[in-house]
Amino acid sequence: MSRSGDDPLPDKLTSRPGADPKTPSEGRRFEPSHAPAGNGAIAAAEPIFDVEDVSVFYGEHRAVRDISMRIHRNEITALIGPSGCGKSTFIRCLNRMNDLIPTARVEGRVVYHEEDLYDDRIDPVQVRKRIGMVFQKPNPFPKSIYDNIAFGPRVIGMKGDMDEIVESALRRAALWDETKDRLKTNAFGMSGGQQQRLCIARALATEPDVLLMDEPCSALDPISTGRIEDLMMELKENYSIVIVTHNMQQAARVSDMTAFFTVELDDAAKHRTGHVVEYDVTDKIFTNPEDKRTEDYVTGKFG
Amino acid sequence: MTGAQIAARARTRTSVLPRPSTGSRIADLAFRLVMYLSIAVGFIGLGAILFDVARDGLPRLSMDFLTNFPSRIIPERSGIQSALVGTLYLMLICAVLVVPLGVATAVYLEEYADRRKWFNRLIEVNIQNLAAVPSVVYGILGLAFIVRGPLSMGRVLLAGGITLSLLVLPVVIIVAREAIRAVPPSIREGSLALGATQWQTIWKQVLPGSIAGIATGVILALSRAIGETAPLLIIGAAVSPRFNPSGLFDSFTALPIQIFSWTTDADREFVSAAAGAILVLMVLLVLMNSIAIFLRNRYEQKW
Amino acid sequence: MTSLAYTRTRRSVGEQAVRYGLFAAAAVSILTTVLIVLSLLRETIAFFGDVPVGDFLFGTKWTPLLAGDQQSFGVIPLLTGTLYLTAIGLVVAIPLGLLAAIYLSEYAPRRVRKVVKPVLELLAGVPTIVFGYFALVFFTPEVLRGVFGVEVNQFNALSAGVILGLLVLPTIASVAEDALSAVPASLREGAFGLGASKLQVSLRVVFPAALSGVVAALILGASRAVGETVIILVAGGQVARLGLDPTVGYQSMAAFIAATSRGDIPTGSIKYETIFVVGMALFVMTLALNSLSIRLVNRYRQVYE
Repeated sequence: MSRSGDDPLPDKLTSRPGADPKTPSEGRRFEPSHAPAGNGAIAAAEPIFDVEDVSVFYGEHRAVRDISMRIHRNEITALIGPSGCGKSTFIRCLNRMNDLIPTARVEGRVVYHEEDLYDDRIDPVQVRKRIGMVFQKPNPFPKSIYDNIAFGPRVIGMKGDMDEIVESALRRAALWDETKDRLKTNAFGMSGGQQQRLCIARALATEPDVLLMDEPCSALDPISTGRIEDLMMELKENYSIVIVTHNMQQAARVSDMTAFFTVELDDAAKHRTGHVVEYDVTDKIFTNPEDKRTEDYVTGKFG
Repeated sequence: MTGAQIAARARTRTSVLPRPSTGSRIADLAFRLVMYLSIAVGFIGLGAILFDVARDGLPRLSMDFLTNFPSRIIPERSGIQSALVGTLYLMLICAVLVVPLGVATAVYLEEYADRRKWFNRLIEVNIQNLAAVPSVVYGILGLAFIVRGPLSMGRVLLAGGITLSLLVLPVVIIVAREAIRAVPPSIREGSLALGATQWQTIWKQVLPGSIAGIATGVILALSRAIGETAPLLIIGAAVSPRFNPSGLFDSFTALPIQIFSWTTDADREFVSAAAGAILVLMVLLVLMNSIAIFLRNRYEQKW
Repeated sequence: MTSLAYTRTRRSVGEQAVRYGLFAAAAVSILTTVLIVLSLLRETIAFFGDVPVGDFLFGTKWTPLLAGDQQSFGVIPLLTGTLYLTAIGLVVAIPLGLLAAIYLSEYAPRRVRKVVKPVLELLAGVPTIVFGYFALVFFTPEVLRGVFGVEVNQFNALSAGVILGLLVLPTIASVAEDALSAVPASLREGAFGLGASKLQVSLRVVFPAALSGVVAALILGASRAVGETVIILVAGGQVARLGLDPTVGYQSMAAFIAATSRGDIPTGSIKYETIFVVGMALFVMTLALNSLSIRLVNRYRQVYE
């Protein structure tokens, strides 16, 4: 698969920030081009995921290709780009959810806590206990609020007082006050925004250290969206968050790092393959991106 | 034509829309008549059956009729106790055999089977075919393998129960599959993303969510099973026994068999007894169908 | 942090066991078919060891229960009996069933549908023995002889056939109605927009569009009629004969099987084998009809879904 020759590409780098970004090469790893002013976090940023040359295939069709990036702990990392670029496909690689699709195949490595998630020895069920996910459309179970939250801890065999676990999760999701008097009512009776916060609480109940969010606000009204964004900013102190979003303003508001995806057509224009054009500190992506395609997207010229 | 001429013509016409020709009006009317008639035939047929059976059978209904055993010589004192008991036992045996097998098969096909594998497609096609095999053939199967042949149980209750179970098993599988399929994929995804295993997801989310549909389907399948005559004739159900089956390996009879025996008896005095037994059978079926509908309306999960 | 690697816990062993257990349950359905085919095949082969295939397929006398010279194994009378009774039934069920289907799909207002559909389903749920009783006890004496004054035997093809049609009517009606309803509204709207009448739209647009599904319904109905036992056993009599006289009785393949197996026939005797060879013929016929019908149903479903 050929690329046009005039892309300015950062080098495949070690974890030293500030390395020369101008040398083009294949299989580039993204690192921020400079430390942002006043925020020492990048220099000290620890990785939670080291993604190495990940490609996802559905049968013969390559949906995303050659993704290499380092996602940092206790940050919000946003994945943006037009529809169909493989953002959702990619985020589902981080918790082995692509396993659910029979024809899907993942190449490359996703290193988490020194283990490659795609190693043969790794149990996807264990992976999902540590890496939680919230989906685009809220999907509460047809059970009570209490049982929704308690489901995860129960099935993974968490020890402890269930009442406390449920309360703690609901508090972390800023939902406790609204629900403490109706824990036994059916979750389907909640509004859309509340249901999504319930799904966040449910994901937090199993005490993961990562929360993956696949367009969590796209089915919600602006007020609920705002509440969830506030929630995310609170959560990032204790969790690492990766969020796919169509909403550029949202990415600019909440995220620390942003990856911009785009899609290429193959020569016969039959297959669309997504890949990452640029991955950098959010400020830079939105004010002074390296790649013209990124600039066109964030300034609204297309997408 | 001039504008004035057109306007004049428009004023003199009584209607702008073309009227349907009388020919097509007659055809339409005739067709409607024929359609109403055909619906009427269905109603009349059902009505005639019910009327005839009620006329002959209602006078026979009494406590004695339910508690007496059939008599070969005295029609007035014949009762259906052995037949009713046999039918209820058969229903029980069927339920015990068909529910685990049918639900397990449906779960396998919907949740585990990879449709690309040939043997899974074979299982599916096979079930569709089995659902349409005439009941006599199941009777032959029972005769050759269960009553005689390898199992050689003889003409016993269990043989009848197994044969009827095999007969309705495809129906239960098909109905259970539909109920399971109605559970949205988002529920499964939500459960798996929390770290639940596939079986945990099925046992704690999918099956509870589909139980109403499965129960309804099982009841309808059982009501079909207890209405069957041919397989039991071939298995060798007893004719007018004056005892209830003492266990799984005793001779037995059932309501359809008793009805058949009385209907075809040379002594026409038994006809009213047959009609009475038909009424009891119909009441049983109406009861079962009502329970099925009640369960469906009350407990069906609305997603 | 503990490793994410697979560990051989009780739970993971349980998961594997569940998977195999479920597959075993699913395999029971395959086992059923295998056993059906085996049981039929074994005795059929034994039968043709004693009776030449030609005699069976082309013989016109079916008297397996008689002795000596009188015993004959020509299956043709059973075959023609089956087809004749099925034909009478279809003559009743096809027009009425299709008209009912068109009515329910194209014409019936919602309130009427709410009443008619349950009645059809009720009819479909009536056990066949009840139909058999009705044919023998009511239809023959009071309708055929009484109302219409036709001179029929107690067992006659007309009664058995018509009631057979009544049995099959709901099947044809509901499968055909499914097929007609599956035709997208846009097709109808287009035709109405061109000024067609309801009759024209129903018969010339919707019906042809649903043709494969409708044909599937007819074949399914025929298959049910062919396999039906009790109505014919009760009302059609026990004599296998050739001919087309509707006032006398005929025996169908299924009725023969049921009638014969009631006796105490020793395993392995030629009479025992007749049950299976006729069963085999019936099985093959219905299998062919059903496969055809299923394929047609899948075809029309694919087109619209």
